[in-house]
Amino acid sequence: MTALVIAEPHGDTLADATLSAVTAATKLDDEVHIFVAGSQGAADAAARIAGVSKVLHADGDAYAHMLAENVAPLIVSLMDGYDAVLAPATTTGKNVLPRVAAKLDVMQVSDIISVEGPKTFTRPIYAGNAIATVESSDPKLVITVRTTAFDKAEAEGGSASIEAVSGEGAAGISEFVKLDAVESERPELTSASVVVSGGRALKDAETFEQYITPLADKLGAAIGASRAAVDAGYVPNDYQVGQTGKIVAPEVYIAVGISGAIQHLAGMKDSKVIIAINKDPDAPIFQVADLGLVADLYNAVPELTEKL
Amino acid sequence: MKILVPVKRVIDYNVKPRVKADGSGVDLANVKMSMNPFDEIAVEEALKLKEAGKAEEVVAVSIGPAKAQETLRTALAMGADRAILVETDDAVEPLAVAKILKAVAEEEEPGIVMLGKQAIDDDSNQTGQMLAALMDRPQGTFASKVEIEGDSVSVTREVDGGLETVKLTLPAIITTDLRLNEPRYATLPNIMKAKKKPLDTKTPADYGVDTAARLTTTNVSEPPVRQAGEIVEDVDALVAKLKSMGVA
Repeated sequence: MTALVIAEPHGDTLADATLSAVTAATKLDDEVHIFVAGSQGAADAAARIAGVSKVLHADGDAYAHMLAENVAPLIVSLMDGYDAVLAPATTTGKNVLPRVAAKLDVMQVSDIISVEGPKTFTRPIYAGNAIATVESSDPKLVITVRTTAFDKAEAEGGSASIEAVSGEGAAGISEFVKLDAVESERPELTSASVVVSGGRALKDAETFEQYITPLADKLGAAIGASRAAVDAGYVPNDYQVGQTGKIVAPEVYIAVGISGAIQHLAGMKDSKVIIAINKDPDAPIFQVADLGLVADLYNAVPELTEKL
Repeated sequence: MKILVPVKRVIDYNVKPRVKADGSGVDLANVKMSMNPFDEIAVEEALKLKEAGKAEEVVAVSIGPAKAQETLRTALAMGADRAILVETDDAVEPLAVAKILKAVAEEEEPGIVMLGKQAIDDDSNQTGQMLAALMDRPQGTFASKVEIEGDSVSVTREVDGGLETVKLTLPAIITTDLRLNEPRYATLPNIMKAKKKPLDTKTPADYGVDTAARLTTTNVSEPPVRQAGEIVEDVDALVAKLKSMGVA
């Protein structure tokens, strides 16, 4: 049987989240096809992913911004040939896929972290405080994939054929106006190998910048933040790591002045190595940290930055 | 315009969920229950639109056990005009919830259905999108700003890469994210007043919706516990450790 993966286009390439969804798909089906709404470059990138045998490419303005109202009906029309459709659990996947599921009269399985059988999966519930094993009884599977739980498929090595697909085009009930993208030279938060995150202890936006940025620069790291730091306005909302923000699992996660609320831990506890710097020895972050330093960040962080 | 606000009764945000020893689920006996926090934000946004003269009536609806009346009374105390309880003791999945909400919306004909982006118990993040699909309506998910402009609504969405703005033709479905607003507290006089506001009770069968589950939960377990590591003495020791790991 064949699974269809919904790619996450990113200009002329694909977001890495796509590669994790491909890996999840290969655990379900022998053959994996991939749907790309967007540029030719993105379709070409999809064709090079190891393990993908066919790319379905939807071109045209109606599909350029992954508007759910336009893309979902097209995906639904393709589903006769597939027993499963998977998308990364990014904001794009989470927006589009339930719309596909409802049209197929299928109950979606959201945010899977493992494939346990042909129709059985595990997924976190209650903000990651419990893990549910669920089995679907629907004829087709509609799944979003927690990307940090699956290795990335090789981005190179495949040579899939590319087939153009088209549908009704614009549904005429929604339009893309703009994307205020956060421009940054840094690695993207969810795919960075090192992440430096700051919490409420950083006091204000200037202090956050003054202490966190040089350390991140030194390590070539992405910058994250706790919800408290985001709510206090130190950094924009897309920096937020946690159950309600981004889920990250870098090689090294450095938490600076973060106490470690459950909400935050849910977003980073799968990191390979967690390092915590906090002046409160009882902070919950130390219960999950591999390396902890009990110190005032205002002394420790500049010293660390200098000595690295 | 009328705004329909679906709300869900869930474990209180501040309570740490405990997994039952037999793996059958999370223990909800004698646990404080509250309105799903994302739904509170939806109620607040609907009320703000009403106060700004953009909407005439705010109707809260909940699908759940008899006790979900408390959740609806909270919405009424915040300022909703009336409420509908679709009563069932079964666990109803997002797809069935969306089907019931579609039937309710067909009766009520709201200009906007405003609901939380996800419930903090099952974390599915599906209901709003499914409702939009079933009704063939546009969806503005993960909203951090909502502006009504004539017969359309402009929704700013919190997406992974930043903030995306979409323009939707009304009627539309909007799901709320955390930074849309700060929900108000219900005052005592309003809590008293809310007791007299109309609350209709229905059942899923009244709307002809089959709520049989499509997913079977075979086990619920504690997540793997991460072991605490070591506390290092000073920055030098931390640097040495980091270097030995090849990080620096």
